[in-house]
Amino acid sequence: MADVQLRGVKKDYPGGFRAIHGIDMHIGDGEFIVIVGPSGCGKSTLMRMVAGLERVTEGDILIGERVVNEVEPADRNIAMVFQNYALYPHMTVFDNMAYGLRNRRTPKAEIEKRVAAAAEILELQGLLDRRPRQLSGGQRQRVAMGRAIVREPSVFLFDEPLSNLDAKLRVQMRLEIRKLHQALGVTSIYVTHDQVEAMTLADRLVVMNAGIAEQIGTPMQVYRQPATTYVAGFIGSPAMNFIAARLGPDGADIELPAGGRLPMSNGALASQAGREVTLGIRPEHLTVSGAGDGVVSLNVELIEQLGADLLVHGHFGGDRTDITLRLAGATPVSAGDVLPLGVAPESLHLFDRENGRRLETAAPSDVPM
Amino acid sequence: MKKRIVFNHRVLPYALLAPQILITIVFFIWPASQALYQALLIQDAFGLSTQFVWFENFSELIDDEFYLNSFQVTVVFSAATAFLAMSAALLLAVMADRIIKGATGYKTLLIWPYAVAPAVAGVLWWFLFNPSIGVAAYILRVFGYDWNHTLDGGDAMILIIVAAAWKQISYNFLFFLAGLQAIPKSLIEAAAIDGASPRKRFWTIVFPLLSPTTFFLLVVNVVYAFFDTFGIVHATTSGGPAKATEIMVYKVFNDGFVALDLGGSAAQSVILMLIVITLTVVQFRYIERRVEY
Ligand SMILES: Nc1ncnc2c1ncn2[C@@H]1O[C@H](COP(=O)(O)OP(=O)(O)OP(=O)(O)O)[C@@H](O)[C@H]1O
Ligand SMILES: [Mg+2]
Repeated sequence: MADVQLRGVKKDYPGGFRAIHGIDMHIGDGEFIVIVGPSGCGKSTLMRMVAGLERVTEGDILIGERVVNEVEPADRNIAMVFQNYALYPHMTVFDNMAYGLRNRRTPKAEIEKRVAAAAEILELQGLLDRRPRQLSGGQRQRVAMGRAIVREPSVFLFDEPLSNLDAKLRVQMRLEIRKLHQALGVTSIYVTHDQVEAMTLADRLVVMNAGIAEQIGTPMQVYRQPATTYVAGFIGSPAMNFIAARLGPDGADIELPAGGRLPMSNGALASQAGREVTLGIRPEHLTVSGAGDGVVSLNVELIEQLGADLLVHGHFGGDRTDITLRLAGATPVSAGDVLPLGVAPESLHLFDRENGRRLETAAPSDVPM
Repeated sequence: MKKRIVFNHRVLPYALLAPQILITIVFFIWPASQALYQALLIQDAFGLSTQFVWFENFSELIDDEFYLNSFQVTVVFSAATAFLAMSAALLLAVMADRIIKGATGYKTLLIWPYAVAPAVAGVLWWFLFNPSIGVAAYILRVFGYDWNHTLDGGDAMILIIVAAAWKQISYNFLFFLAGLQAIPKSLIEAAAIDGASPRKRFWTIVFPLLSPTTFFLLVVNVVYAFFDTFGIVHATTSGGPAKATEIMVYKVFNDGFVALDLGGSAAQSVILMLIVITLTVVQFRYIERRVEY
């Protein structure tokens, strides 16, 4: 067991491409950290630096108080589950799991005990004599996990371990990974670009974009107080609605492009009065209301019926700002309707129009990061 | 889905195949059947009279100590050539697989020997090891070894092995490099995390995964050493000294065209033909079931 610290970690690939622009993070002992972000944002690069498969260009990585920048992968006491599983195709399941232990000269009896224990946890008992090609995708995935857990490492690294599985198996394996973590309590770093995996597995979430950690926080912090428009748009499905708006003259309410006004929840941003902002509202926070203050009229264009829920797509105002909202499945709406919308003041998110940073109306100390 | 092209014309397909069939008949079927027929005949040295003797040529070969010697020489030569050519190629391929900068130039240089004709390769090495003017022979002498492949059978054998292996390294290199590049990097990384040293990674992961390539190359190299090295032997040692480097192909030539024992020579070539057929069958059999893991 160990904690992991990243101190100003940067990565330049040969050729000068900077993949990681300086990340600081402390991962507590036993914590489950999920790194999420779009393709090419540097998730794998970051994880591979922790594993020792890529050199750190600048900064330090510490595992359990020890700087490991120059330590071989084998000596970092980590185990990694690869996206393509990377099982040794010419070895049996047993040998795949035992390989790392044999290399460390573990006694034979101990190897058999640990492999048997891992096989039991992962329900692989009957498969120990098979070769990887004789296994299904889900079973291979489990063998890859087994190979990681028999080593009893102090840190688990997962690089998109579920992305090669079908949707149903993915849900099942997600639960198993969660259970495994609860049982073993090993510090884990998990890379994914699936936000459901990210939200459900993470103790804390790292949202990355183009080599930068845009926000680090618990899933609920990230959902409730996204630090930037990027995070706000990335976490949550369907994505948050963004409306170009302006703060009122006293900084206490928001002027909408269509002409309406929305009061703000807690306190005014007097210093920011008149400023151009981006207003963010999640689809699930918009409600259909009666006429009144702070109401917008939505011209409904398209309905998507999801069963339990209903997604309504439409636009409002002179510049036809697109809006999506989520309603209960039975709500009677159809294309062409004009819906009066309301929103609770505490569900408004304000971002600086220029740099996309969150403008906090509450005390700034609440801002995560 | 395979798309099958159907010719409406009856003659066209045959016309298209004709050149290939003609070449096969003229350069393979005809001489091969001639050899089969010749192997059953005894002809006098002037070619004036021939006699049909069934398998007498073959039974004579079995009792011929020179033929047995030639067989032994061939086995030693082909095993050593295949081993040397393959291990050197594997070493180079492993190194080429690592480097990123200048890889293309390095690979191109390594492929050149393959374009050199066997006789030219033989002459090249003959010059290098020539006891009176050769650079390599001179260097060996400086280190106290008196190299003379014209007198010492062991030296002569080493010379043809080196020359034959050198020519085959390029070919092996290309296949090994392709084989190495087909091994997913993540396997090597997983093994590194699993605590295997680079040497151990090679022997427990890379080498086993290369085994289909290795086996394929083994057959190709043995076939090469058996049949394609005539030019090298002819240009360097001519089978000598004292038949120490007389490999089977060279003996076919020697007995047939120098000693003019056409029947015996033909019988030897039939045996060689059987060997190559066996090797090819083994090869195909294996390649069909290649999905070992
Ligand atoms: N070996 C390399 N040399 C140069 N650039 C690289 C190398 N590996 C990755 N990159 C670049 O670094 C960036 C980050 O790559 P990385 O593999 O970390 O992305 P990722 O977030 O894991 O993406 P994905 O979700 O697609 O796996 C990409 O722009 C990629 O092109
Ligand atoms: Mg990746």
